Amino acid sequence: MSATDFDVKYVANLARVALTPAEEEKLGSQINSILGYIEKLKELDVTNVEPTAHAVPLINVVRPDEIRPGLDNEEALRNAPSKANGLFVVPKIVE
Amino acid sequence: MLNQLTISELTAKLGNREVSAREAMQACLGQVSRVDGELHAFISHDDNDALAQADAADKEISNGTTHSQKPLLGVPIAVKDVLSVKGQPLNCCSKILGKFISPYDATVVERLKAAGAIVFGRLNMDEFAMGSSTENSAFGVTKNPWDKTRIPGGSSGGSAAAVAADECLASIGSDTGGSIRQPAALCGCVGLKPTYGRVSRYGLVAFASSLDQIGPFTKDVRDSATVLEAISGLDPRDSTSVPQPVPKYSSALNGEIKGLKLGLPKEYMIGGMDPEVKQAVDAAVKQLEKMGAEIVEISLPHTDYAAATYYIIAPAEASANLARFDGIRYCDRVEGGDLADLYMKTRGAGFGPEVKRRIILGTYVLSSGYYDAYYLRAQKVRTLIRQDFLNAFEKVDAVITPTTPTPAFKIGEKSDDPLQMYLSDIFTISCNLAGIPGISIPCGFTANPKLPIGLQLLGKPFGEETILKIAHAYEQSTDWHKQKPAL
Repeated sequence: MSATDFDVKYVANLARVALTPAEEEKLGSQINSILGYIEKLKELDVTNVEPTAHAVPLINVVRPDEIRPGLDNEEALRNAPSKANGLFVVPKIVE
Repeated sequence: MLNQLTISELTAKLGNREVSAREAMQACLGQVSRVDGELHAFISHDDNDALAQADAADKEISNGTTHSQKPLLGVPIAVKDVLSVKGQPLNCCSKILGKFISPYDATVVERLKAAGAIVFGRLNMDEFAMGSSTENSAFGVTKNPWDKTRIPGGSSGGSAAAVAADECLASIGSDTGGSIRQPAALCGCVGLKPTYGRVSRYGLVAFASSLDQIGPFTKDVRDSATVLEAISGLDPRDSTSVPQPVPKYSSALNGEIKGLKLGLPKEYMIGGMDPEVKQAVDAAVKQLEKMGAEIVEISLPHTDYAAATYYIIAPAEASANLARFDGIRYCDRVEGGDLADLYMKTRGAGFGPEVKRRIILGTYVLSSGYYDAYYLRAQKVRTLIRQDFLNAFEKVDAVITPTTPTPAFKIGEKSDDPLQMYLSDIFTISCNLAGIPGISIPCGFTANPKLPIGLQLLGKPFGEETILKIAHAYEQSTDWHKQKPAL
């Protein structure tokens, strides 16, 4: 888990965040130094330690499968950057 | 000046019709217009809406509704720009949300309103609650009311500054790694992070879902108990809220701390701690001992690993949570050649540097081939950190620490060094990883310049009553909380 193989361009693309060349350089070196700090977790022996995902675990919180009121169409579209005919407008994704 | 009152003082005056909610609201808005041009705790406020709520509260009071029925009736409370308030803007102090208007109330807001509060204003914060200084806000930095060349702390810096500057009676913030307790300490008010699951997060924009909690900023401990009681409890709309009864927190404030055991973790006595902070905290510990508490040295052996653990878990969860800001259902969209290009450009233009840094770091630690080495390992270390606290709570009733290693630092001092900024949260981070409650209360000031110092009390899971009781007893024996910045 060496931090040296961290490729900011590749990961920014996975994260869908466009970076300028200047940002790539600055964020890349900052993240590298953070990754260097994080390496200290390797000092600990975690064999047989269970991971904690939530501090107060609740198992299978369910509700009855009943229809409940939700946002109406107009409210749901209120903040849409582009909308038409009661729908979100998105770029064409199927040729 | 009604804006300077505590909640308990104001509700007493409202109850005997000495003053009106409109007068209280006007006093707060007057203070906002007098001081906030410079402080910038608020990014916006809807005065007509606030006064309409005040008038409605006055009507209820004249119709006979009492404060035992609605404990916050007519009390102006401001909220951090990360909580939905129906019909009001919501930006998370980011550019990306553009002119977003919330379609519904967060559960916390709904509960404040049900308790009669006047919910007003959008308080400044670090973008998406990522930061320790509010310098990451896309709307400009908030200044510390005690020294305007310094940061108020963060991420809920606006919430802390607004209470310290008497622009509201209380405020609401969120705390993922210290974002309530750290600014409360640096601005000299009371900030409480409840147990994970105590308060519903429905309507809170998620940052790190296994760590985020909502809590109050207030002028004293009694008010903290009052607001906590109003906002706590199970909510079917947040499946992580816990079905545990809500105690009457204010009833616990009886000053009886004789025999309570307070744990002093030896790992928190680090080098690099400001000598005046250390002195103030030592004096507070002595004071509590004098009042009958028993001080016990304890060990939290994994303390030194908390920041590294946090800066894997929090960015990992943030990278997933912030995927929704993609320019499709909301956000200022930047068009692109195809869908991926639209996402890239929208997010590239809309997010600030700290948010980009954390999303990219989080994406990396979750990516194929690295998950086990980083994220899974961090979750295991989290177990060890939580276990440290559970072991300590076998021996003590609460843990006592400084809230921050130093008083408020200068604007710009750490903004170019993210790692140094992260390490300013070392005393507050473990509490979120362990899921336990924590409160910061004023325990003194530095000499020159005069800057507030915070004392942190950490409690057992759902042990809010105990830490409120200790905090209240200490507060009653001092006047730190009564001192006001010169504005």
